[in-house]
This record gives sequence, structure tokens and C-alpha cells, in this order.
Amino acid sequence: MAEREEKKGVRELSPLDIYMRLPRTNCGKCGEKNCMAFATRVVNREVSIDLCTPLLEESEYKEAYVRLKDLLAPAVKEVAIGAGENAVKVGGKLVMYRHEFTYYNPAPIAIDVTDEMAESEVLERIKKVEEFSYSYIGRILRLDMIAIRSTSNDPDKFKSTVEKVAKATNLPLTLCTFNPDVMKASLESVYERRPLIYAATESNWRKMAELALMYNCPLAVFAPNDISLLRSLTNTLLGFGVEDLLLDPGTFPEDGLSETINNFTMIRRSACKEGDELLGFPLIGVPMTVWLKKGSPKEVLQWKEACLAAMLMTRYADLLIMHSLEGWVLLPNVILRFNLYTDPRKPVSVEPGLKVFGNPTEFSPVMFTTNYALTYFTVESDIKSANIDCYLVVIDTGGISVESSVAGRILTAQVVTDAIKKSGIEEKVKHRHLIIPGLAARLSGEIEELSGWRVIVGPRDSSGIPAFLKEKWPPREM
Amino acid sequence: MSGKEKDEKNSEGSGATIKVGPRLLDLLSKLGEITLEDVEINAEELEIWIPTVVPAPMPVQPAAPAAAVAPPKAVPEKPVEILKAEYKPLTQKYPGGIVEVKLGATRSEGGSRGKVVKIGGEAIPSFYLFEGVLPNPPAISVDVFDMEISLPRALKMHVQEVIGDPAAWARLAVDKFGADMITVHLISTDPLIKNTPPNKAAKTIEDVLQAVDIPVIVGGCGDPKKDAEVFRRIAEAAHGERVMLSSVTLDMVEAGVLDDVAKAAREHGHVVLAFTAMDLNRAKELNRRLYEFLPRDSIVMDLTTAALGYGIEYSFSIHERARLLALGGDVELQHPTSSGSTNAWAAREAWMKIGPEWEPRELRGPLWETITTLTLMLAGVDMFMMMHPAAIHTVKEVVQSLLSQGRANSREIADWITVKV
Repeated sequence: MAEREEKKGVRELSPLDIYMRLPRTNCGKCGEKNCMAFATRVVNREVSIDLCTPLLEESEYKEAYVRLKDLLAPAVKEVAIGAGENAVKVGGKLVMYRHEFTYYNPAPIAIDVTDEMAESEVLERIKKVEEFSYSYIGRILRLDMIAIRSTSNDPDKFKSTVEKVAKATNLPLTLCTFNPDVMKASLESVYERRPLIYAATESNWRKMAELALMYNCPLAVFAPNDISLLRSLTNTLLGFGVEDLLLDPGTFPEDGLSETINNFTMIRRSACKEGDELLGFPLIGVPMTVWLKKGSPKEVLQWKEACLAAMLMTRYADLLIMHSLEGWVLLPNVILRFNLYTDPRKPVSVEPGLKVFGNPTEFSPVMFTTNYALTYFTVESDIKSANIDCYLVVIDTGGISVESSVAGRILTAQVVTDAIKKSGIEEKVKHRHLIIPGLAARLSGEIEELSGWRVIVGPRDSSGIPAFLKEKWPPREM
Repeated sequence: MSGKEKDEKNSEGSGATIKVGPRLLDLLSKLGEITLEDVEINAEELEIWIPTVVPAPMPVQPAAPAAAVAPPKAVPEKPVEILKAEYKPLTQKYPGGIVEVKLGATRSEGGSRGKVVKIGGEAIPSFYLFEGVLPNPPAISVDVFDMEISLPRALKMHVQEVIGDPAAWARLAVDKFGADMITVHLISTDPLIKNTPPNKAAKTIEDVLQAVDIPVIVGGCGDPKKDAEVFRRIAEAAHGERVMLSSVTLDMVEAGVLDDVAKAAREHGHVVLAFTAMDLNRAKELNRRLYEFLPRDSIVMDLTTAALGYGIEYSFSIHERARLLALGGDVELQHPTSSGSTNAWAAREAWMKIGPEWEPRELRGPLWETITTLTLMLAGVDMFMMMHPAAIHTVKEVVQSLLSQGRANSREIADWITVKV
């Protein structure tokens, strides 16, 4: 397999590189004012090149289109698992480090079931996966896939379980067996769902490749702690015509954790910094290998699985297969995932300004917080759930939390004073009592001096607001 | 780096106490030990890129058809055997390296510590053991406080008997938690709290230095003027002990007190922790000011630790960038870093009752601290200030696993698919 021709890294790509290959007619069909504006948004990965319909439809641009597609191709291939609107995209990474650009396609978490579990247990686990939901910064965090393992090695048993799972859920599926006959039996039933075939190995690759081609499904390649073999296998499979590949270099939970982290890092570096096309595929991490350890108490293994998942997520895993369904194990991981996949070029912020809750009067409490999304939504949910009528001035700190913005001198008494004046709150209430976050207590004296408002130091965590108001509002002087 | 104070009432609730924590710790501690082995150096070139800030919306992947148009492949025959494609790791050579900082001093070095701790000294990115060695494993300093404080229950249950007695707390941290160092947070010195005078604060530090023989970190209250007074007094009282003053800030510059603190640190042989709020330019500025008074091996950086769920991505990227820039040759960033990962408890998900499906908090809380720490460790942080014994235990164990190369046995995971759970 030839190495990719000299290709600019994503960060060296300029809007001009794109613009020069566009029709340059400024037709506006993409929704942008002109081709240059479109090129800029394409380079910033805000829109797809496919929005340029002339490029897609007119034959004279065919070559330019193919070239643009190649220019814009991520270092790590994007592979879809599942079909239609239930598909999940994995990989598609443009860069190695998140500060270089943005990580796309948050790593889906697949939870396992087996073909030897009681049907009730299988259904119960699926239900838990589907019902998993946590509300965070105005988003709902969820689990993503079901991995079905054949522990029986019996084609009929596996097929029957896979059918039951497929019937019970629309989530994308991963079918796990190294036995091509067992795999084939289940694929016959669910290939239209485009499940991930896990996995081709040194010994079964040919038959697995045939299945992947026959059923047009993505294929995982498993070569534990052997990147040369992994690379040779992708080379072979690409030669065979299988293009949607995922790589599992092996997850060693304790002995071998060092190699695990090394392998994931080395593979991602070769893909992103060297343009190695044979390693430019999404990586599969399998934290559930902790369960191979016999005789350890359940809680210890759950704990270890949580830690391993977090490290793999940090070190380039694009898909995780896990066993634990406990909320305390999964919550930190879905939050970490959300955090790592946030666009590093932009703080997560909300619009600053005056927010009104309930039906406040001229004597209702006035509080302030910062426009860091997490801070704001936390305060909002505490106010709303206690049905408090009040005003909240959201101060622009560039999306930084109260504590950090006080420490970094972004949130100063002057900034608070200006925000109060600008918000128009002084026309809405007759009092001048400002409740400030406990973490900004240091600013109280200066705020009083500059703004002319009396300061009441509120709780350090907004969960204390309802109790605080009950005790301290209205203030005696009012 | 003040520990998060949480109202106990908030973190409690009416439910029955679930005492899982100590049992978990007990269980974790029974798992085997792992030894450390040498690794090879192999390095080439590094390219460094400073990202320009391009305002862009949240990373919603642009909509595009899943199956892209691909040029037809000219593969006439399917392979019948594996087409070998050897792998050669891409290793790099880094023009820069991280300064090694020694904390604590033994009797022969002018102090009274039985053990000293070295941090930094790296010539590779965090745990890139395929291209070099990690000279000093990440170290853990355990937080103790100089007065009564309220803590989430999951933390409090482990230190209940020693709260308010920093020397006893420090001993517990050494005997039971495996602390490499102790950070004494002198929160009572805060003019808004007890305004404890410098002499009394110095006595507290002396007591802790007497109680344990590992390096000690002196944590201030966050008020630049008061911290300066306290640090100067302690620098003198603990002459030669090579404590770390945590922290010195640009606020101290503004208050006109930084120079005196830095001079005191130099005169009495101590280290300073230079704190800035997620801003590498300010971190560099502060270091430049410190270079006027202190040798480079007496400066550690705190680039700000935000908790998992509360901005950890900013901390992660600032540390990763700082480390890559330092290795790339940015001299002003070539200092080891320290992270207050106890800040993990600032996340309400670490301690609050948020519904039965997320229980027990006694596991969720320390796991929050653990994952916050592990994530930042993989970004390159060299030492952590921590509190929960299970988190400390796990991080130490993971560090040992990461440093033990050559133990992967493919057979052990070859058949993971069929594991019966």
C-alpha cells in the first residue's frame, strides 16, 4: 500500500487552499455570501464541503472535488457504525492534541451483553443503557452502543441473542466473536443495521474480511501489543477491499498498562504527525478487560474499569467497550468525554446580561454569576428547582468560572459594577442589595465602594441559595 | 489552593450512611505490587505549533454523507496471505527539557528531612516511554488544614479524628495514605477568617516538620499581603528545610510584596510554587519576575486545576501545551508543574446527592478526585495535592503500572470476548 502523497496537516491548510479549488462563482448556494467565506468555514470544519452543490453536481469540478475531499480528509478515518439516523460516527480525528484544533466524534461507549446471559438480564442491561441520562450544561449525556459477546461460541445461540438485542434496541451494535462461523450466523440477521464486526485477527482475517465485504459492515482489527501485526493486517485488509476499519491494539488493565498507553499514543502519533494511512483508523479501547481478573471484588473492578476508561479516553480511544453499568462508574467518564471534546478554541459560555426567574417584584433578590456555561446552568437549575422569584446578572468573564475569574482578576469589582449598571437592574428594583457568590467574597468591599450597592455574601455553592434566601432575605435594613 | 469547603448539610441528606469507602481502600491495598524497570532513550525531532485563536462554534461535526465518494481502488487480486507492513515508531528529539526541582532537604543538606522528593527533569512528553525515560514519577502531597473545616462526608470519614490538628493529620497521611509530601494549608491566617499571626503559623509548620520526616509545602490563604508576611516568617523559621511556598502570584507583584518573598525563599533555601490562572503568558511573566531572585530549580508552576466537569479541559490543554512548548525550547515554561487535584471536590457531582442511580457518593467522590488526577497526569503534571486515601492509592498504583514496561502478555487478553463476568 503506497503512503499518502505529500499532504498538508490540518493546521497548515489555509482557506486559500480550498478557495482555489472551488467554482469561485459566488453563487451562494451553500448559504455563504461568497466562495471565500465558504472556504474559511470549511477550513474551520464548521461546514462540509458537500454543501457546495455545483462542486458535487457539475462534471467539470469532479476532479477538484476529489482533491478537496482528500485535502480535507482527517488523519484518522471517520467510520460510521449502524445505519441511518441511528448510526454513530467514530474517529474522524484531525489532530493529535486537542489544543491544535478540535476533537470530533466523541468516543461512543458500548456496554456488553453475552449470548449466555438470561434473556431477562440482557433486556435489563439494554434498558439501563437506553435510560442512562445525565443533564449537564444544558445537554443530555448518554450511552451509545451495545456490544454483544459470544461466550458460548455457538452460532445458533449467538444469532438468537443478537436478534433479540436488535429487536429490543435501535442503538448501534458491535458483534464480538473471533469465530467467523458464529459471526456469519448473526450477520445474516442484522447486517442491515451495519454492526461493527469485532474482530479480524492474525488467524481469521480472511474469513472476517469476506464477511465485512459481503455484508458491507465496518471491521475491527485486533492485534494485542503488536503494532507491526496491526499495520500488516490493515495493509492486507485494505488490499482485500475492506475500507472501514477500526483498530484494537489491546487493552491491558494492569500488567501491560504501560504498553497499552504507549501503543495508543504511538499509533495516534504516526497517524497524525506522519500521515501513516495504515494506522489512520479509529482506536478501540476495552476497559472491560479488567473483568478478566478473577477473585477481585466487584466494586474494585468497577473502580478500575472507570479509571482505565478515563485514561483511554484521554489517550486517543475513539470507542470504548465497557461492562459496568453503575452510574458512579460511568458518570465521570461521560462528563470527561464531553469536556475533552469541547471546542478548545471557544470557552463554553452563555450570553451575558440580566436573567429573570419567576415573577420578581421591586423587592426581589438580585444576584450575579459568571457566563461560564457550567456555572450558569448550575445556578439556573438551583433557582428554578426552588421556584425562586429573582434577578440574576450574568457577567461576561469570557466563559470562566467565578473562582477562576476572581483568581485571574477577570472578575473585578469594576467589572461587576459595570455589569450591574449596564444590565438595567437599577430601574427594575427599588432596593440596592446585591447577593454575590461566596467564591467572590473577596470583592465585597470594593463592589460596595464602586457600585453603591450593599453587598451580601451568598453561599459558596449555588445549591445553598434556597436556604440562604430563607434566612437572609429580605435583609433587615430593607 | 484552598480545599473546597462544602457545607456538610448539603453533602449529607437524610439517607442512611453507606460505608463503602474504607472497605474499598482495604480491598485496593490488597492488590499486588509492581516493580519499576528501566526504559530506553530514543528521540528525534519535535515540531511545535502555537495555536492561533480562531473563534468557532461548538464542535458539531459538519453534516456530510457517511459514505464519501472514494476514487476506485486498483486492486486486481485479493491477498491470500498477510501483506507485511513493519511498524517503526515515530520518535522525536526535543531541544528543551524540564528543570528538576528537589523538595525537602536532609540533615546533610541543611534540613532535617528523612526523605526528599524530586520532581520534573523530563525530556519527553508525559509518559511517552517509547522515546525516553521518566526520571521522577509523579509525586503526591497530601492536604492538611490548620483549623476545623467542613468537608464532604466521603473525605471527612477518613480524617475525622485529626481535623484541627495538622501535625496529627500529617502523621496519618504518612502512615495510612502513603503521602510523599504534606501540604499544610494555613487557611486560618486569612484576615477574613481568623487572621492567625505569622508567628503562630510558623509554629504550626514547625510542628508538622517535627511530626513527619517528608518534605512540607506551606499553603497560604490567598491574600497576597498576608501570605507574604506569613511566608517570610516561615522561610526564616524553616531555614534550610527546602519547603515549597504555595503560592506566589502576580497579585503579589501588584501588592509590591513578591520580591521580599522571593528573596526570603532564596536566602533560606526554599522553593516557590508560581500560580497563574490558566494563562501561559502570565505564567511566563511571573517566572521572569522570579528569575531575578531565584534559581530556576527553585520554581514549580501551578497553572490552575479545574475539576472534572468544571473546566478540566482547560487545565488539561494548558498543561499539555505548556509541556510541549517547554520541550520545544521555551525556557520560561521549563518548570515542573503541580496540580491541586483536591479541587475535584468542587464539582458537585463529586459530593452531592443527585439521585439513587449515581450512588454511592462514597465511591463517586474519590473516583472524581482519581480521574481528575489521572487526566492531568497524562497531560504532564508532575505532582498532585490530594486528599482521599483511595484516590491517592489508585494514582500510585497506576503510576507503578505505567512505569513497569515489558509486562504485557498478549495471551492474557487474547480471549477477552469470552470472559464470564
